[in-house]
Amino acid sequence: MMLYKNIPIRKKLLRIVFLINGIVLFVTCVTFFIYEFYIFRKTTSEKLSTIGKIIAANSTAALAFQNADDAKEILAALKAEPHIVAASLYDKDGKIFSKYATTARESVFPVSPGVAGFSFTNSYLDGFTPVTQDNRQLGTLYLKSDMGDMYERLRLYGTIVVLVLVISFFLAYVLVRFLQKSISTPILALAQTAKVISDQKVYSVRAVKMGNDELGTLTEAFNHMLDQIEEQNRNLVEFNQNLEQKVMERTEQLESVNKELEGFSYSVSHDLRAPLRAVIGFTSMLEEDYTSKLDDEAMRITSVIKKNTIKMGHLIDDLLAFSRMGRQDGTKTAIDMTEMLNEVITSLSPVEGNGAISWDIQPLPRANGNANMIRQVWVNLVSNAIKYSRKRKAPHIEIGSFDKDNKHVFFVRDNGVGFDQLYQDKLFKVFQRLHSAEEFEGTGVGLALVEKIISKQGGDVWAEAEKDKGACFYFSLPI
Amino acid sequence: MKQERVDLLLVEDNDSDAELTIRHLKKNNMANNLFHVKDGEEALEFIFATGKYAGQGDSTNRPKIILLDIQMPKVSGIEVLKQLKGDPRTRSIPVVILTSSKEDPDIQKCYALGVNSYIVKPVNFESFAEAIKNFGFYWLLLNQPPVDKL
Repeated sequence: MMLYKNIPIRKKLLRIVFLINGIVLFVTCVTFFIYEFYIFRKTTSEKLSTIGKIIAANSTAALAFQNADDAKEILAALKAEPHIVAASLYDKDGKIFSKYATTARESVFPVSPGVAGFSFTNSYLDGFTPVTQDNRQLGTLYLKSDMGDMYERLRLYGTIVVLVLVISFFLAYVLVRFLQKSISTPILALAQTAKVISDQKVYSVRAVKMGNDELGTLTEAFNHMLDQIEEQNRNLVEFNQNLEQKVMERTEQLESVNKELEGFSYSVSHDLRAPLRAVIGFTSMLEEDYTSKLDDEAMRITSVIKKNTIKMGHLIDDLLAFSRMGRQDGTKTAIDMTEMLNEVITSLSPVEGNGAISWDIQPLPRANGNANMIRQVWVNLVSNAIKYSRKRKAPHIEIGSFDKDNKHVFFVRDNGVGFDQLYQDKLFKVFQRLHSAEEFEGTGVGLALVEKIISKQGGDVWAEAEKDKGACFYFSLPI
Repeated sequence: MKQERVDLLLVEDNDSDAELTIRHLKKNNMANNLFHVKDGEEALEFIFATGKYAGQGDSTNRPKIILLDIQMPKVSGIEVLKQLKGDPRTRSIPVVILTSSKEDPDIQKCYALGVNSYIVKPVNFESFAEAIKNFGFYWLLLNQPPVDKL
């Protein structure tokens, strides 16, 4: 059986009407019944009392002249009222003078007369009426009536009540079926509309307002909400389109800037190198073809010219690599750091290998990053470590990692010449060097490139060092 | 106007680069039948015997090897390469690009057009000399040129 609150409205209304109908009818009928009961008893009682008085008045002669036959005749007239089951006359001494009965039972008659008046006992109405003449009591009349009359009447009423109930419930049912539409139809329509709208997500549908009552208000509010939803949707779409438009514009801008930069570095690589080549070439030609005419000082000068021009070439190369790194999109993959590091060391060793370097390489975790860029980072840091520890008798390079703040931190530690911690914020800037070019060659771009790459991958770089003791360079990558 | 046959056609607009290249070739005795033109247009005119070279040679001049720069005014090296490799008369002439550019798009384009070799001009004098020497030994001495129809 369903919970009451889940029953459809139509059925709820029906039940309510039936219930009310039933209760009202019940109360009415019961009241009616009770009223009739009491009225009937009263009427019956009065009637019997009246009959009693009439019979009593007619019996005075019989009692006065002690005429038993007359008395019997008079009592026999009670036959006219079939509900009177017994009657008896008592003389002034209280002895039974005459009897009348519809049944043969003797005990029906009371032995001696009682008080005047009638009362209901069991299912009979009986009582006494004094027979008087000129204020002298000649005797007493006893009358007993059954309640058949009343019971008949009540039965009749009961039947009527049942009929009325049936008819009225039937009528109620029919009327409810017909009239509840005025309430449930708008509700069902609204519920249906709401369901259709939310199932199919079509917000242009509107519910039909069917009246100006609360449902009408509800329908209006509902439609209003739909208006708002549609408007909000429109706004969202517009906003989205705007956003898309802006994104497209911004992307176009970025793409065009990127193209410009590509063109720029193309020119640089081409057009800057040609004059460099000429300077170096012609200075060399001078040295080769005019050796006899050039003294030591002249040769020193030409060598300075060449050295600087070569350095300019390196600068250009490094700057180009720096700018190219910035333009790459850096797609990330999982990198086996140990494998990459070993490749890098192998590729660097033949170039830099002077004194035997002792390596201490700890196992490294896998990292997420752009393989090309991360390789460049290793190349720069390891070649730096090699370069700056080259002068040591026993160069030692340690490479390892640890985890901190949800990142993998890698470090390269050397026992080389180190640097003054005081200048460490200059370390990662372009062209900044903490050593002279005579001591250690380099353009000052390597570490700036490392910093640029790592920050692009979402990590940090930093360094610790002590002059003449060594340096340790750290970089972190998100896990 | 030319009298002798041309073995090596140098197409280079930059005078300094040309001078250095020729110097290195001369050093290795490879500059004997060298002809130098300064832009792509002239190179094409020379090879196809048109323009100011009309009437010399029958329909083409076929050097053993063409040294071609990319960045040149009027007609670029890539254009020249395209025309050379596109014409059946000149397709088999070995072309070596000699350029400053190490940029990928250029390298890709040239190989796609069928260049025989791609050399980047080093900035360093000694390296340049070495490169030219190697170039000369390979393409003028070691390499077997295509059969001459003439």
